[in-house]
Amino acid sequence: MSDAHAHSVAFVRRSEIPPAPPPTAETGAFKWVRENLFSGPFNTIMTILGILVVWYLLSGLIPWIANGTWEGDDIRDCREILQGSGGGCFAVIADRWPQLLFGFQYPDYLRWRPTLAFLLLFVAVPPALFVMFLPRWTLIATAIYPFVAYWLIWGGTLLAPLMTALALIGGYLVFKQVEKRGFVQGLAAGIVTAVVILWIGGFVSDAGSGVLRLEPVESRAMGGFMLNLILGTVCVSLSIPLGIMLALGRQSKLPIVKGFCVVFIEFVRGVPLITLLFVANVVLAYFLPPDVNFDLIIRVIIMITMFSAAYIAEVIRGGLAALPKGQYEAADSLGLDYPQAMRLIILPQALKISIPGIVNVAVGLFKDTTLVSVISMFDLVGMIRGPILSSTDWVGVYWELWAAACILFFTVCYGISQYSQWLERQLRTDHR
Amino acid sequence: MAALDTNPNEPTAMTVSDEVAIEIKGMNKWFGQFHVLRDIDLTVFRGERIVICGPSGSGKSTLIRCINALEEHQQGTIVVDGTPLSSDLKNIDKIRSEVGMCFQHFNLFPHLTILENCTLAPIWVRKTPKREAEETAMYFLEKVKIPDQAHKYPGQLSGGQQQRVAIARSLCMRPRIMLFDEPTSALDPEMIKEVLDTMIQLAEEGMTMLCVTHEMGFARQVANRVIFMDAGQIVEQNEPEGFFLNPQNERTKLFLSQILGH
Repeated sequence: MSDAHAHSVAFVRRSEIPPAPPPTAETGAFKWVRENLFSGPFNTIMTILGILVVWYLLSGLIPWIANGTWEGDDIRDCREILQGSGGGCFAVIADRWPQLLFGFQYPDYLRWRPTLAFLLLFVAVPPALFVMFLPRWTLIATAIYPFVAYWLIWGGTLLAPLMTALALIGGYLVFKQVEKRGFVQGLAAGIVTAVVILWIGGFVSDAGSGVLRLEPVESRAMGGFMLNLILGTVCVSLSIPLGIMLALGRQSKLPIVKGFCVVFIEFVRGVPLITLLFVANVVLAYFLPPDVNFDLIIRVIIMITMFSAAYIAEVIRGGLAALPKGQYEAADSLGLDYPQAMRLIILPQALKISIPGIVNVAVGLFKDTTLVSVISMFDLVGMIRGPILSSTDWVGVYWELWAAACILFFTVCYGISQYSQWLERQLRTDHR
Repeated sequence: MAALDTNPNEPTAMTVSDEVAIEIKGMNKWFGQFHVLRDIDLTVFRGERIVICGPSGSGKSTLIRCINALEEHQQGTIVVDGTPLSSDLKNIDKIRSEVGMCFQHFNLFPHLTILENCTLAPIWVRKTPKREAEETAMYFLEKVKIPDQAHKYPGQLSGGQQQRVAIARSLCMRPRIMLFDEPTSALDPEMIKEVLDTMIQLAEEGMTMLCVTHEMGFARQVANRVIFMDAGQIVEQNEPEGFFLNPQNERTKLFLSQILGH
């Protein structure tokens, strides 16, 4: 524009303004510190206070760890070695480590079996977690794992888990065949088949109880962090599919299905988990015939699974509600039937939205497995509270033991959290 | 303009046959107490291109959504391609797979790529082998002129491109009838043309089409019948020439003067 037209309204751009980098004073570490830590008197005071608090905490924590001892057979040894240096008595962890992990009843010469099962978890889980990077056939490892792990941890004949697997496969095949005539008929036929195979399988595994036999270990003997891990993995992997079914059921147009799901969710969610565990422990026995030996761990698994499934169902319902109605309509208008629309269109999106909520419940569930210590099961917390702290050797060594428990739980929970954030990034399809 | 070649067996383009594609008789629908559609009678012949217009809330979207059972009607009969629309799920799914639909907000599946959006229904509903479904999908994506976007996600495309993908997705099911529910209402002016061009292409090739739209230029150029709806009733229907130049009903005159007035 020339000066003569400086006040004119008309304007025509003749050349594009090239993009330029921001001014250098507006970037770099110095700017970050100034803006985030010392942007004003109040923030400067807060920064200094914050540094003081961190310094105070570290000045207690570092000597406790650095001066601590890992040697010694009991609390008196510890006191002698430490001589009031303020260090921690970590000897208790070294001494009772196997008990913290396996409980005090699991036979020590069989501990390799749960250890092996734990290691195999790292073979079995990646195919499910990283399904987009690994070939689909690797999922076989995930499918086989529960049966192998059961056999390793509980022992007995391999036929028992094998028959269970057969029952599931048989039920699924029958379901697939009959499904063409209708979903409900298929489901009923599948369940009947599975139960029949399971029933016959009971005789087979009784008859062949010596086949591929490992020394059996009773459920009562399970304990320590192993028990938390068993309950955590089993309940999480069962409660997610159950939660999905409850969430879909709650949306159903069929009044009986919907009513059942609503009542189930509202009831289970309205009751403390501890009461459910007491029910599992004591009350359930009244309802069962006296000769039925219903394993305590299974009862606890059922209760925790029901509890977290109700929560997960509500989380997923939120995800379903967040989907625009148009997604349902587009799926319908293309002629997809209900199971297809759910499986291919609705659930992938709803579950993606629900990931943070589901992980929240899963992490909470994993930590809630410590509640079984109140119904006299010796999980990690039960072991510390009971046999270890009440032994004369280690009475009063609270800090070190609880810190160890915290670290064990934190490692697992933080791993779950990191995985879920990674998964969310992987599934983002908008601005890639 | 190249034909979309959706129904290679139909020889003559832009002609209307005597064969009935959709027959609606005495159809009524209520939302609760609200009478949205009143005594709708409509016969659509194969190859017809019908534009439905009317003020908002007049029931035009509801009408075409009844045709593929996205909305349930309470009275009267709808017969699509010889299949009566009842509460029988088998019939509903059959009709839906024969009738393509495009929505105002495209409703592409955001978690699937463009190609997967197009192949999903042929693979799962028609049981087409994957490779064949992909070939068909690429064919139609080329026809709507976006084959190079096939491996992107819907969120990475512009509105006009998304709507063209939505059209291609419907065409992959080889529908005999296409329904359009305000396909250009959510688009920027620059993108409306590319979508309308695709629809014109489709019309020239002989597809039976029902379009709810306010694009009167499109109606003039393509439609062989324009239907005006108000308060849940068909108020007037005529050939575009007569409809625009010589409207009979007062309500139609008012509507036309308002939308053509500026």
